[in-house]
Amino acid sequence: MTSPLSSVALFHLGPAPITAGVLATWAIMAVLVLGSILATRRLSLIPSKLQAAFELVVATVDGQIRDTMRVEPAPYRAFIGTLFIFIFVANWSSLLPGIEPPTAHIETDAALALLVFGAVIWFGIRAGGVRGYLATFASPNPIMIPLNFIESLTRTFSLLVRLFGNVMSGVFVIGIVLSLAGLLVPIPLMALDLLTGAVQAYIFAILAMVFIAGAVNEENPDAGTSIKRIAS
Amino acid sequence: MNWLAFASIISAAMAVSFGAIGPALAEGRAVAAAMDAIARQPEAANTISRTLFVGLAMIETMAIYCLVIALLLLFANPLLK
Repeated sequence: MTSPLSSVALFHLGPAPITAGVLATWAIMAVLVLGSILATRRLSLIPSKLQAAFELVVATVDGQIRDTMRVEPAPYRAFIGTLFIFIFVANWSSLLPGIEPPTAHIETDAALALLVFGAVIWFGIRAGGVRGYLATFASPNPIMIPLNFIESLTRTFSLLVRLFGNVMSGVFVIGIVLSLAGLLVPIPLMALDLLTGAVQAYIFAILAMVFIAGAVNEENPDAGTSIKRIAS
Repeated sequence: MNWLAFASIISAAMAVSFGAIGPALAEGRAVAAAMDAIARQPEAANTISRTLFVGLAMIETMAIYCLVIALLLLFANPLLK
């Protein structure tokens, strides 16, 4: 049985080894980008069916951002929406035979968690300046500075392990059941896996929102408290 | 098979089995509380079940952490070879 923690290089692009996960990521990126370009090429005030469907997606993302962060969604829509849609499509890409979801490899999740870590700093500095962002570490009082600092690292790590563990364990369990019981038996597990994939994409986006909201709005500290209480 | 491999296998199994106890109890309590809340206030069922799903996935993550530790012990153990 191959280790779920390692990935095999398919070929080398210069010095960089390219794995199947990276190829799948590129394919998903191409599909999403081309799909978005094609869908937004002829926008009209009276939407076609396709445009209405895409508007529904954007409106749902906006509603979630408004509910969780209690701010206007425009500056965060692109980042949060891309994060959610990419992870969702990546988790469900296991529906295509022969493709392992790229999120089942730890390097993809590490990249996503690093993006969130950087986005928290970026949005925090953009909202309150460097001083304002650093001041969020001293809330509720300066004794918490070391704890808040450690938390900003550990929550990134836990974000990474959460997504990796959930997706990878699904793939792993399906592999074990397939080798023990044979064809068609793991189908219920695959259905469960789809549910887990959707929920994990949602959670990743929600947690990214909660982390960003914590760095952005000091004047509104109760944003996303109910979720934050579950998360910590 | 040397003692390190033996100990790793035993502790991987223990990590998963004991790590599953807490999340199992917690998920049971969470679902029971959600059922209670829905029975009292059926019109809030949508919000409750959405929060319940997110909460369950968070709780489940604790068991998944144990699984990751077990797999690290089995497949990426730095002490073995």
